[in-house]
Amino acid sequence: MSSKNHEHGAVGHIVPIKMLVGTCLALLVLTAVTVWVAKLDFVELRMHEMNILVAMGVAVIKCTIVGMIFMHLRWDRSFIGFVFVGSILFVAVFIGFALLDTSEYQPSIIPGDTPTIQQKLDALDTSMAAGAVSGDHGDAAH
Amino acid sequence: MTTINTQPLDRPAIEGDNYLTHSRGFLSWILTLDHKRIGVMYLVSVLACFLLGGLFALAVRTQLLVPDGLIMDQDQYNQAFTLHGGIMVFLVIIPGIPAALGNFVLPIMLGAKDVAFPRLNLFSYWLWIVGAIFLVVSIFAGLDTGWTFYTPYSIDQNSAMGGVIPAVTGAFLLGFASIFTGMNFIVTIHRLRPDGMTWFRMPLFLWSLYATAVIQVLATPVLGITLALLAVERAFGIGIFNPALGGDPVLFQHFFWFYSHPAVYIMILPAMGVVSELIAVHSHRHIFGYHFIAWSSIAIAIFSFLVWGHHMFTSGQSPLMNVIFSFITFSVAIPSAVKVFNWLATMYKGSISWNTAMLYGMGFIFLFLIGGLTGLYLGTLATDVYLHDTYFVVAHFHYTMMGSALIGFIGGLHHWWPKITGKMFNENAGRIAFFLFLIGYNMTFFTQFMLGSHGMPRRYATYPADAGFQNYNIISTIGSYLMAISFFMMAGYFIASIFGGKRAAANPWGGRSLEWQCSSPPPHDNFSEQPAVGDCYDFSVLRWDEATQGYVWREDVEHPGHHTEEAAHA
Ligand code: HEM
Ligand SMILES: [Cu+2]
Repeated sequence: MSSKNHEHGAVGHIVPIKMLVGTCLALLVLTAVTVWVAKLDFVELRMHEMNILVAMGVAVIKCTIVGMIFMHLRWDRSFIGFVFVGSILFVAVFIGFALLDTSEYQPSIIPGDTPTIQQKLDALDTSMAAGAVSGDHGDAAH
Repeated sequence: MTTINTQPLDRPAIEGDNYLTHSRGFLSWILTLDHKRIGVMYLVSVLACFLLGGLFALAVRTQLLVPDGLIMDQDQYNQAFTLHGGIMVFLVIIPGIPAALGNFVLPIMLGAKDVAFPRLNLFSYWLWIVGAIFLVVSIFAGLDTGWTFYTPYSIDQNSAMGGVIPAVTGAFLLGFASIFTGMNFIVTIHRLRPDGMTWFRMPLFLWSLYATAVIQVLATPVLGITLALLAVERAFGIGIFNPALGGDPVLFQHFFWFYSHPAVYIMILPAMGVVSELIAVHSHRHIFGYHFIAWSSIAIAIFSFLVWGHHMFTSGQSPLMNVIFSFITFSVAIPSAVKVFNWLATMYKGSISWNTAMLYGMGFIFLFLIGGLTGLYLGTLATDVYLHDTYFVVAHFHYTMMGSALIGFIGGLHHWWPKITGKMFNENAGRIAFFLFLIGYNMTFFTQFMLGSHGMPRRYATYPADAGFQNYNIISTIGSYLMAISFFMMAGYFIASIFGGKRAAANPWGGRSLEWQCSSPPPHDNFSEQPAVGDCYDFSVLRWDEATQGYVWREDVEHPGHHTEEAAHA
């Protein structure tokens, strides 16, 4: 690498102020987007997964900008940038999918810890014996 | 790179000097920075763990001979299969090919003196040993969670027996050992390739180790985090995965399988790389579809991160995720099939030498076919709901992990044994052991497909006497004994070869990658001058030489020549 330069050889490349300011503004705008999206009620729009998808998407873009410009990866070997952005993408996939799933199955969870569930099942049993519950719920009790 | 430059590359090899005799004494081994010695130490340790894990497997099989269980009570049975699974996964199959064989072969295949970071390599080994001790010690604490450590059982102080924290600590350290090996391999392949060895001239084994290393580096940290969270939760009662504390047990499964599905490719990819070498070298025919095999390794590495949810179809995972994961799971089958077809095409019209190593290569194709195809039944939502947690899953993953990943390891061990030890083993004994293994193997595990589809659940110490399970279980157990015999045979002829085997030629099988160009066993510095790189699958330039009992260059073909200047690390 460029170790031949004097003193500040290690710095290598200096990013123009304009670009730094631009980047900073972009990050602020994206932060605003995240906040705005969090306030939207996607459930009402029947797309409640969108919150997570948008939030993770914005986060990936922000990470990329920070890595590429603030951390100078854009001016280093492109492979290193590729590895960086690739890793961020994998983190996004991991967290995104896991959260997406969590929010999807929330509605089907019976609240409370284990003993309460047992009580619910018992209650279901008695109500079934009384012939009050039919169909699907009957199966679940056994 | 300074570590590489400490000695000039063109120092002539001392006659008769090799890495085994280069220096003597216990310390010269345990503190060595030589990738070959570290590889051998890994090999010995992994094989010792294989013996231990195998004994637990025999215990499990013996228990299931009769419906009420023959030798253990329920708790002991849980501990036996946990230790079997934990040891085989974390201590045998994951480190087997990369850390043992890969460490030995990778730098030599690159014509390099060592890996890029030899000290990190040694550190990785000792970290592995400490991790292994932790894991094995949890035996005495009664670990019984299964190798998957599923919550809430594993964090429930009242039901799960002890040993979770030592076991998890062990797996955490083993993970770091694995990351270090992976990092080392990535850097070595990027930086130390010799002149003339472009990416697409690398032996396919290196491609597969590279793809594996990428997974190791990307996925293993997640395992570390998961296990750390688990330990914190168990020790301090912080609610992360335990619903009683407000946690989410399905989240644990997401975390666990985000590592552990890619981890199954950490196991299988290197084996596929070994098989690419075995098939090409022992068929003496140019590998078919080099680019396809190389790219399919990378494709598998990437896809492997997108399918973890197929282990969770019945966990309470949402229907949306189930459908997405089922769909993506099928896509993994494509690059796997690409490899199988290319191997078959390589063998077609080749002149196959029926060496033991080649038998294992072909055994791999056969068994992996069954393992991979049954994976598709499990990836299909409708069938998996029935088959999940039955012996069908057990059979599936043994066909892939034992029938494929472990077979690749054993095949590679036969292939590189002459290089590692400088001695030839008894081929006929090898062939007999192979067929004994193949028969025993299929007896043990094919019956388990039947058991699973008839509804026998996994991880139970007993089964009902009137369910028709016992006959299959008896066949399965007898098969496991046959396999045990074949492994002891293997140990026998390998050990015999060290003491009484014939001296191995530099190139006994007719390989062309660089490791066959240095003597067997290799000298301390691997090469006295940088070897010439050619097409490592063009076998037409070699001929059998009766005098040395090995393959040599044909006199009528021009040798690509040597160049000592401009070494790879310039
Ligand atoms: C080639 C395509 C493959 C497909 C489509 C596939 C699919 C699956 C699916 C859907 C399951 C979950 C079954 C269940 O729990 O109900 C599963 C389990 C498993 N597979 Fe595969 N698989 C493939 C290859 C492999 C390979 C190559 C390995 C290992 C080297 C492997 C190792 C495992 C293991 C260890 C489990 C069970 C883990 C446990 O629950 O303890 N699979 N596979
Ligand atoms: Cu999987």
